[in-house]
Amino acid sequence: MAEALIRVEQLAKEYRMGSNVVPALQGVSLEIQAGEFVAVMGPSGSGKSTFMNLLGCLDHPSGGSYWLAGQEVSRLSGDELAQVRNSKLGFVFQHFNLLARTSALDNVGLPLLYSHMPLHERRLQAERRLRQVGLADRLDHHPAQLSGGQQQRVAIARALVNNPQLVLADEPTGALDSRTSVEIMALLLQLNREGITIVLVTHEHDVANFAGRIINFRDGRVIQDHANAAADAAAMLK
Amino acid sequence: MNFAATLRIALLALRVNKMRSALTMLGIIIGVAAVIVMIAVGGGAQARVEEQIRSLGSNIIMVLSGSMTSGGARGGIGSQPTIFEDDAYAIGREIEEIQAAAPTLRGNGQVVFGNSNWSTVFYGITPDYLDVREWAVVEGRGFEPAEMNGAGKVALIGQTVARNLFGDASPIDQVIRVRKVPLTIIGVLDRKGQSMTGQDQDDILLMPISTARKRVLGAAMAKSRSVSSIMVKVRQGQDMSMADQRMRELLRQRHRLQAGQDDDFFVRNLSEILQAQEASSKVMALLLAAVASVSLLVGGIGIMNIMLVSVTERTREIGLRMAVGARGRDILTQFLVEAVTLSLIGGAIGILLGVGGAMAVAELAGWRTELSAASIVLAAGFAGAVGVFFGYYPARKASRLLPIEALRYE
Repeated sequence: MAEALIRVEQLAKEYRMGSNVVPALQGVSLEIQAGEFVAVMGPSGSGKSTFMNLLGCLDHPSGGSYWLAGQEVSRLSGDELAQVRNSKLGFVFQHFNLLARTSALDNVGLPLLYSHMPLHERRLQAERRLRQVGLADRLDHHPAQLSGGQQQRVAIARALVNNPQLVLADEPTGALDSRTSVEIMALLLQLNREGITIVLVTHEHDVANFAGRIINFRDGRVIQDHANAAADAAAMLK
Repeated sequence: MNFAATLRIALLALRVNKMRSALTMLGIIIGVAAVIVMIAVGGGAQARVEEQIRSLGSNIIMVLSGSMTSGGARGGIGSQPTIFEDDAYAIGREIEEIQAAAPTLRGNGQVVFGNSNWSTVFYGITPDYLDVREWAVVEGRGFEPAEMNGAGKVALIGQTVARNLFGDASPIDQVIRVRKVPLTIIGVLDRKGQSMTGQDQDDILLMPISTARKRVLGAAMAKSRSVSSIMVKVRQGQDMSMADQRMRELLRQRHRLQAGQDDDFFVRNLSEILQAQEASSKVMALLLAAVASVSLLVGGIGIMNIMLVSVTERTREIGLRMAVGARGRDILTQFLVEAVTLSLIGGAIGILLGVGGAMAVAELAGWRTELSAASIVLAAGFAGAVGVFFGYYPARKASRLLPIEALRYE
């Protein structure tokens, strides 16, 4: 069997609140294969966000191990994690997190700035990704000139620009109306069909229902992990 | 991350808050401009003192006729003729530290040419005088030995006298009368300007000492060998106080003064006074620059303040940049470059303003200012250093943010 894209073993995270130690994640073990579309669900405080932060190499685990594409990343330094995020991961956030007063093109090219790519090549790559998400005519628009759905498309293009092995989406439809949410999900599904592995966090069942696998968290543990017959977002738009 | 990209991000960030950037820069602008103007003013004062030293002639010691005590009453300087022409020659001959000693005989009177006249000071001199004062004849010629020895009826005049008697016409070979004695003008002296006491040094007429004694100053003087003063020039590199000491000893010996008896002459070491003045003007210049630097420092604190606000405001941006792969030092560089850009642009404007300000001070207040390239480089370097120094703390704070906390910041 091929090496899993993600393998975590007994992954744990504790937070210190004054003298109290709050366990946020208590020994999670699972694997995610390349090409999967996984939804992570759970109520607030269930540990799903902590799990996503660890998957996204944004935080250090307190215990356990995490292999990403065969590399153990749970022991890396801050700078090495930045390097991993830059080369292997893409992020989509609930509130888009685009730079204000910066064109869509430069927003999308931002990750490449930190991999030392020359300006003209950054713009070339960014333009290619903006075309892919259907915003070829909005290259020079600033975030304030775009609708919420368009802004999230720009953010998705940014997540793709460094050819990541994994895209992590944290409530990507949380700030969008239902019609736009379905459009964004259709885009993510299409990208998944093109071979990109996606892990998304949500608390909405409708959104999770587009995924091929759903993992439920509660009190820092996985309580349910099952395959799902994915709904077809493209069909819903018709 | 390359430098051009970093600079572009910095300029963009500064443009976003134009008003704030401008106000922050204002602190640096005022600081740099103040440093440049103050150094220029201080430098100008110093240059003035140095020029006075040069106009007097360097390494000058004056020997003045002293007081004589008669019946318990002590007279003032020059109350008695106690120094003589031969004292001057002896000083020049016997003291090796001394390059030249010029005896002078001073008088004043009305100088008449045609129907214009002018009151001025005249000196009877020997050829050593022009050498001691480092004074050149710019038009015509100096005195011939025959004129010196034979009480020739010739004179040299200063620029002020020339202007007042002759206007733009050439005074050479014109005959003027000084106390009714006709003298032919053979030359005009170079411009010296004001002395340190504010006297016009160009308001002067020179004649051979024998002419002054025998023809101009009258019968009482004609029989005497006394002089008003002796101007002594010490050789370059020789110790002034040593020359001073040996000269006193020689004069006491020549005047046959007993041990314990007061000197019957006064010695004034003028360049010492000027050097003290120069030192005080240097301290003054330093003080002005120090005060100006304080305002630059305050400007720097303004930069730190604004950069701290900026880091807080842009926490989410920092979190995002970190999430997509920026390392701590990329963020550090970004904010540092922003602070330095702010201070360098402020510095550049400050330099323009400072140069303009120094010129305005010279023009409006009539003070002499001396702009130096060194002060401009210093101010620019200082501005940059202020940016690095006060930008470092906020930049480090930004670079140490944790990505998840920065992303979650509201």
